[in-house]
Formats: sequence, structure tokens, C-alpha cells
Amino acid sequence: MSLQTHAWLVLAFPLAGTILLGLLRPVLSGKKAGAIGTLAILLAFANGVAAVIKLQELPSESREVVSSLWTYANTGGLDAQLSILIDPLSLLMVLIVAGVSTLIHLYSVAYLASDEGYVRFFAYLNFFVFSMLVLVLAGNFVLLIVGWALVGAASYLLISFWYRRNTATKAGIKAFVINVLGDVGIVLGTILLLGATGSVDFLTVFNEAPQVFNSNDGTLVAACLLLMVGAFAKSAQVPFHTWLPDAMEGPTPVSALIHAATMVTAGVYLIARMHPLFELAPTAQVVGGIIGLLTLLIAATIGLVVTDLKRVIAYSTMSQIGYMIMAVSSGIYVSGLFHLMTHAFFKALLFMAAGSVIGAMAGEQSLNRMGGFRKVMPITYACFIIGGLALSGMPPFSGFFSKDDILLGIGELGGWHWILYVGGYIGALMTAIYTFRMIFRAFHGDPCEEAKSLEAGRLYHAPEHRNPADGTLEDTGVGFPGSKHHIAERSVAMTIAMGVLAFLATTAGVLQIPKISHVMENFLEPTFVGAKHFGVEIDTSLLLFGMGLGTVLGLLGIWIAWTLYVKRPGSAAAIEARFAGAHKLFANKWYFDEAIDFAIVRPFAALGRFGQRTVERVVVDGGITAGPVSLARVSSAAVRSWQSGLLRAYAAAITFGAALVLLYFLLQG
Amino acid sequence: MNISWYLTVSAIIFTIGAAGILTKRNPLVILLCLELMLNAANLSLISFSRMWGNEDGQIFAIIVMVVAACEVVIGLGLIVAIHRRGLPVDADELSELRG
Amino acid sequence: MSAVIFFIAATGAIAGAIGVVMLRNPFYGVLSLVGHLLCLAALFLLLNAEFLAASQVIIYAGAVMVLYVFVVAYVGGDSESLGASPGFLRLMTPLVVVLLLVELLIATLGSGLKAIGTEGAPLPDGFGSPAAIGEALLTTYLLPFEIASILLLVAAVGAVGLARRRRGFGPGDVPFDSATIAAAPPKGSGTMAEAAGDRAIVGAPRNESR
Repeated sequence: MSLQTHAWLVLAFPLAGTILLGLLRPVLSGKKAGAIGTLAILLAFANGVAAVIKLQELPSESREVVSSLWTYANTGGLDAQLSILIDPLSLLMVLIVAGVSTLIHLYSVAYLASDEGYVRFFAYLNFFVFSMLVLVLAGNFVLLIVGWALVGAASYLLISFWYRRNTATKAGIKAFVINVLGDVGIVLGTILLLGATGSVDFLTVFNEAPQVFNSNDGTLVAACLLLMVGAFAKSAQVPFHTWLPDAMEGPTPVSALIHAATMVTAGVYLIARMHPLFELAPTAQVVGGIIGLLTLLIAATIGLVVTDLKRVIAYSTMSQIGYMIMAVSSGIYVSGLFHLMTHAFFKALLFMAAGSVIGAMAGEQSLNRMGGFRKVMPITYACFIIGGLALSGMPPFSGFFSKDDILLGIGELGGWHWILYVGGYIGALMTAIYTFRMIFRAFHGDPCEEAKSLEAGRLYHAPEHRNPADGTLEDTGVGFPGSKHHIAERSVAMTIAMGVLAFLATTAGVLQIPKISHVMENFLEPTFVGAKHFGVEIDTSLLLFGMGLGTVLGLLGIWIAWTLYVKRPGSAAAIEARFAGAHKLFANKWYFDEAIDFAIVRPFAALGRFGQRTVERVVVDGGITAGPVSLARVSSAAVRSWQSGLLRAYAAAITFGAALVLLYFLLQG
Repeated sequence: MNISWYLTVSAIIFTIGAAGILTKRNPLVILLCLELMLNAANLSLISFSRMWGNEDGQIFAIIVMVVAACEVVIGLGLIVAIHRRGLPVDADELSELRG
Repeated sequence: MSAVIFFIAATGAIAGAIGVVMLRNPFYGVLSLVGHLLCLAALFLLLNAEFLAASQVIIYAGAVMVLYVFVVAYVGGDSESLGASPGFLRLMTPLVVVLLLVELLIATLGSGLKAIGTEGAPLPDGFGSPAAIGEALLTTYLLPFEIASILLLVAAVGAVGLARRRRGFGPGDVPFDSATIAAAPPKGSGTMAEAAGDRAIVGAPRNESR
């Protein structure tokens, strides 16, 4: 089969899986749905691998293949096609998305086995993978917007998966609204680009852009900033980040897949994909770099104090994506995408392991209640340690190479980028601290009641179902963890999924090691060969300094966490009391929710109330519509008498009318 | 014969059909009168086709015949349905749509 | 010669048309229309529209009119009087009709078209023949042709839907109860096979009325 066929099949299998699962929902029993869903994604992944092999057979300069299946509209200068762009960048994303998705599907087969919405879950999950693949394979802005919006919808469906849980539906709505804000940004950006270049096709726009725009052209900067709004909303960057922590209301595999490994990195992909435009708009690049740095630091500080296990990982996701956004905004795309890939591995691994702990806690997610799981859950503990070391950037784990690659690249740029450089290393220190704070609190210390219960050979079951977010009592229809739930330790499927990811998180670093290994760079060369900073050699002294600094900061962070939470367990509270102001700021998430509520939600709600009570009731109903309404009443009463119901009267009227028209033409002629 | 003769005949038949529609009460006969008008139009089309020596007008006439056939089928179906319901087969009595 | 045929056919067509309007019995009206259509076919022939003349006779005068006859026979063609209608219609009808006729005649006879006073352009070989029409229909006018066929299909389905017998229609209908169902003919009766007589339906009462 040809390259194009493989690429289309990548899209076809998840779609087929979605439709099949959706239609067969009433008849599928047991784990069949999980098998179908996993198989569909596995086949997509296999086709992605085949497409990569086919693509590598082509000569380097022709590795950008556009395949069009259908023309949506070709009118008025708009040529919107159902076309996909197959190049190393899109295929890299396909491999990451489909590969991680396969493992997470496998994990979910067992994780949600006791859930009532089992088939629905896999239908949604397949739908998400399809949407995400549309997003990364899209060959033009129209299809990109379609994929972008579908991914948002899938995210909404999955966050609100336990739809009887009030907090989950609210979180879903929040995520959806903020994502739609991003969609609007992308649509407006596309319109600007369409107006300037006359095309929505990626390659055409990229080729036209240098002719149409001067460097830092106002229109282009505006378009890039609008695209960035979309990227930031999807990738949970400040100030559009508030949905991501709440999105942890979804089932844990969803957090692992959508809110860590794939969807939230779409913004990084978007900027990398649009790099010919961003290279022409340095102002937008600066904005992106600053936002990335802000997110990185803000999220890391919040991660230091949050007590919900999944939310710690969520804030670390935000923080890591801050690194990626910083990288791709500074023009070092390969490093950003490399970190995207390794992050997908170790963050999915962390979420899966967290799912295991939450299973053992029967749904409870608070770090305050956890402790001492080290002995009873050795595999989970090992996964957490591997993921944590990778996340903290300790050699030789994958995160070390990818994170340092970003910081080295930024250091090499010089100029004002030193701010990003320094900020990145501060973030790295905090990453190590909060990661190991989480691990030490959950796995070390005195075993909690649940851990003891597990040690005695009995999985803990909550006497009554409570919402982990607000503690309210729930009906059993919510479904998780259910009376027969598993934990990852004891399930083969979940252990396999975690094992594969642990292996990848450990070893994926070898793909790109400065001065030694250039697999990523060589693979992505056809896409980024025109970029300014592509393939810049890193200064050796900077390289050695950076790697040394990264290791030292990681070790320092782990040591601090060890001291605070294992060696002297009370000292954390003392520090908290000492810096009460900062702690309050961090614990309240820098008051972003409150600020948005105050600055946007309340004024608009007030405006709406004013509009409804004053404008609509008084002005519209009383003044504006009253005249037309009575006019319509009177005139319709007059015309109604013509409706005699007599067929022949109507025919006579038509004939008379025709005669009049004819008369007009006769008089004209 | 001059084409104008044919057109005159067509005009007369068309007017007769129109008069029939306006005067008859039986829907069946109204349908017949509609046929008259359509055929008058067909005659005009074919005359013009002959005038220019171009077959397009005849194709048009064929399409008109198809439309006429459809109209007959639906019209007669309606009349049968009206009859089945026991309603009067009379265009003036069927005036439920009076405003 | 053609002038003679034209006058005969034109007179016949107009007479047929007047017959349709004037005759009180719809059955005679239908027959009058058949005569009108046959005369019209003759006019078509004079205008070198051979294929159309043939289809006029076969489809119109043949098939469509048979349909009319059936429906007239089924519904029962009541004799009716002319123009017993509301006052304004009685006034309007002659006015509109005369206006229309005058205008049409002015339009055709008084128009500036010079070609109208001739016998028409010289014709190519095979003008109006089935071959020529068929070629035009299947090449240039393929889309209208296909649309027309779909229109016919829709009309046929619509007619079936309209004329189908439904339950609880009106006072004349028999209510559908269990007794009716029990008295229904056994499965397999009323089929083509039964009509052709090559399959005996066991225990089937012969119900001629259906």
C-alpha cells in the first residue's frame, strides 16, 4: 500500500472503532468493547509505523506529501479540501498519539472493568484518538479547525464521563468553554491568513508568507497571536490554564491520555507546524516564550502545595508544556517536540501509576490521607520512581536529555533568552521537589489504613461512595471504583502498559543526545530544514555546564523533598507557617479562577442580567417590537380575507398575475 | 405553413384551458384543462424548435411531458384519496384552508 | 397539402379543447381530450417533431388518458354546471381570459420576430427523429433526463402513498378489528402466483371482491 493509503488508514481505524462501539453499545458485553477499541488504535499505530517506513524511502526533500480525498468547497477564492499533510512532523505526532493511546486503551481495559459505562468509555476514547489524528494530520487550516474542535468535544465528553458527578460536568463545561475560546482564536487567525495569502492550505500559506509579509508584519503578528490563543487554550498555558486541573475529574486513563500525553500538547504541535509563520513574526515568538516561562513557574509553584495526587501531576503537565512552548516559540522545534515525546511517555506512566494508587485508595485522591504504599505496591512504586526521575530530569532517564536539550538550545540563542534559561532551571529545581514530595508522601511514611488493608491481602473498598473533589455522597451510578475494581499491580494488562511506558520513559533519551545521537533531528529535518535555528551546534562548555547543572538541581530537589517529607516529616508544616503568604497564594492557584471570575464572568453575567431585565423587557418588548407586532396583526388580518380557500380564486389570481406580467413585457417591447 | 399559425393555435388552446380551470368545479376536469395548457405550451416549444431548426425545444417539450405525467399521477392520486375519505369531489367545497 | 392538413388538425385540436371545457360529463371530456391530443400529434408531425408526435400518441393519448378514464370511472363523473361560483369569480373569469388571449395573440402575431413569418430554418437530416432526440437526451441533456426520471419515481411513490388505503379514514371505512383480521385471506393469497393459477392456496376462500 502506498504512503497515502497508510496515512488515511491511520484515520480510518479509530473512526471505525468509534462507530462500531457506538452502534453496538447495547450488545457488547464483558471486555469485548475494550478489545475492539484497543485493536482499532493498534491498527492505526501499525499503519502509522508503515507510513513512516514508506516516508523514509522517499528522498529527503520530497518528504512532504499532501493527499486530498475530497473537496469541501472551491469557491470565491477559498479552496477547502479534505486533505492531509504527511511529513515527518505529522507522522511523529501520529506515532506518539497512536502509540501512547494503544497502551492507555490497554490499561483502560482493566482499569474501567467495573464501570457501567465501559463501552461508552471506549467509544469516546476512540473518538478522541480519531479527532487528535485529524488534528495532527490536517493538511489545511479548515481540517485543522475541525480536528481542533473535535478534540475539544472529545475532551468534554471524557472529562464529564461520570456525568452524575456534579463536579465532573462542571469541569467538562469549563474545559469546553475555554477550548472553544481557543477555537475562535484559530478561526480568526485563519481568516487573517486567508485574507492575506488567499489560501487555507498549509504549504501554500507557508510558501506565500515570505512574499506577502514583511518581517514582523502587523497582520502576521496578529494572526500568530490568535493562533497562539488557540494553542494556549488547548495546552493550558497562562491565563487559559484553569481548566486543566479541573479536568482531573475525568477517569485516570483520560487524564493520562488527553490531559497529559496528547491533546494538551496540541498547542506545541501547532506552533511547530506554523513555524514558517512564527519565524517571520519575532514578536509573537517573544510572547510565546514569556507565556511559556510564566506557565512553567506558576504551575510549578502550585504543584509544590497541591494535595490532590492527580492535580499535582496535572500542574506538572502544565509546567512541562511550558518548557515545550518556550522551546518552540524560541525556534528550537526539535527539542520541543523531543520533550513532547518523552513527556508523553513519563507523564502517561505517572498517571497510570497514580491510577493504581487511587484504585487502592478506593477513589480517594488526597495526598494527606496516603502513605506507606511502597511495600505493598512495588511495581507502582517503581513506575513512580522511574517517571519521577524522568520528570525531574535525572540522567540517564529520557526527561534529562529532552529537558536539557531545550535549555541548552535556549542558552545557545543568547540575548534576552537568558531569562528563559534561568527560569527554566529554577523550574527544574521545583519540578524535582514537587515530584518527589508527591512520591514520598504517597509511598513513604506510615502506612495508611488502605495500605494496611492491602498488605493484609484485601483491596480496600469505601463503605460509601464519596466524590473525591468535594466529599459529597454519591449514588452508585457513578460507577467508579465499583465493588469489583482492580488496581494496576494486580492486572496483567495494566502492568504490561505500565511496563512498556516505563521502558520508553527510561530509554527514549537516546534518540537525541547532543553530539552523539541525532535520530530526532535527522527524522524531522525535512520539516524544519528552513528554520533559523535548526541544527545549531551547541557549544561544548555550555553543554557540559548545562548537563551538570541539570543533574545537580535535580539531585538538590530530591534531597530537599527527602529532608522535608521523609527525614523530618514536621518541617514542611513549619516552612508553610513561615511563608504563610506565599503558601496561600500558591494553594489558591495564584487566584486565577477568582480573577477570571471577577474580570470576565461577573461583568458578563451582570451585562446579561441588565440586558434581560432592562433592555429586553422594557426597551425591546415595550418599545421596539410593539409597533411591528400591531402592524403585522392589522396587515395580516387584511390579507387573510384573500385566503378564501377556493382553488379557482387562487387560479384566477395567478392567471391575472401572469396576464399582468405579459402586459408589462408587451408595453416594454 | 407559417410558424405564426401554430403559435396562434397554441395561444387559443392555452386560453381555452385557462378558461376551463377558472370555470370548472370538478377537479378531474380541472386536471384535464391543465393538460390542455401544458399541451399548448408544448406546441409553442415545438414551433420554436422548428423555427430555429434546433432540437432543444423538443427536449424541453419532452421534459414538460414528464412533468405533466407526474402532475397527473399526483393529481389523480389526490382525487382518489379525496373520494376514499368520502369528501365531495368538488374544488369549491374543499376550502378548509380559508383564512 | 400541408396547409390542408394543418387546418384540419388545428380545427380538431381547438374543437377538442372546447369540448373538454364545455362537455358536462367528465367522461366525454376525457374522450374529447384524446381527440385533441391526436390532432396535436398531427401538428407535431407537420413541425418535423416525429418522435414527439409518436410519444404524444402513445404516452399521452394512450397511457395517461387510460389513467383518467379509470379514475373517472372510479370516482364517478358527476355532471356539473358551468361557472356556478362566487360573484367576483364570475366577473373576473371572462375578463382575465379575454385579456390573456388578446395579449398572447399580440405577443405572437405582433412581435418583431421576423422568423415567425417563415416556415422555419432549413433542417438537418434526421431532425426530430428518435435517433437525434435520443442522442441529445443522453449527451447534452443527460442531467435533466436523469432528474426527470427521478421525478417520475418520486411521483409514482407519492401516488402510491396518497391512494393507499389507511385505517380510520372516514365514515365509509370499515373499522379494523380482530374480526376483520380473522376474516382476512390466508397468507399467500392475493399474490401473482395465485393470479397466474399455478399454485393452489390451501384453504383459501376465493374472494373475488378484493
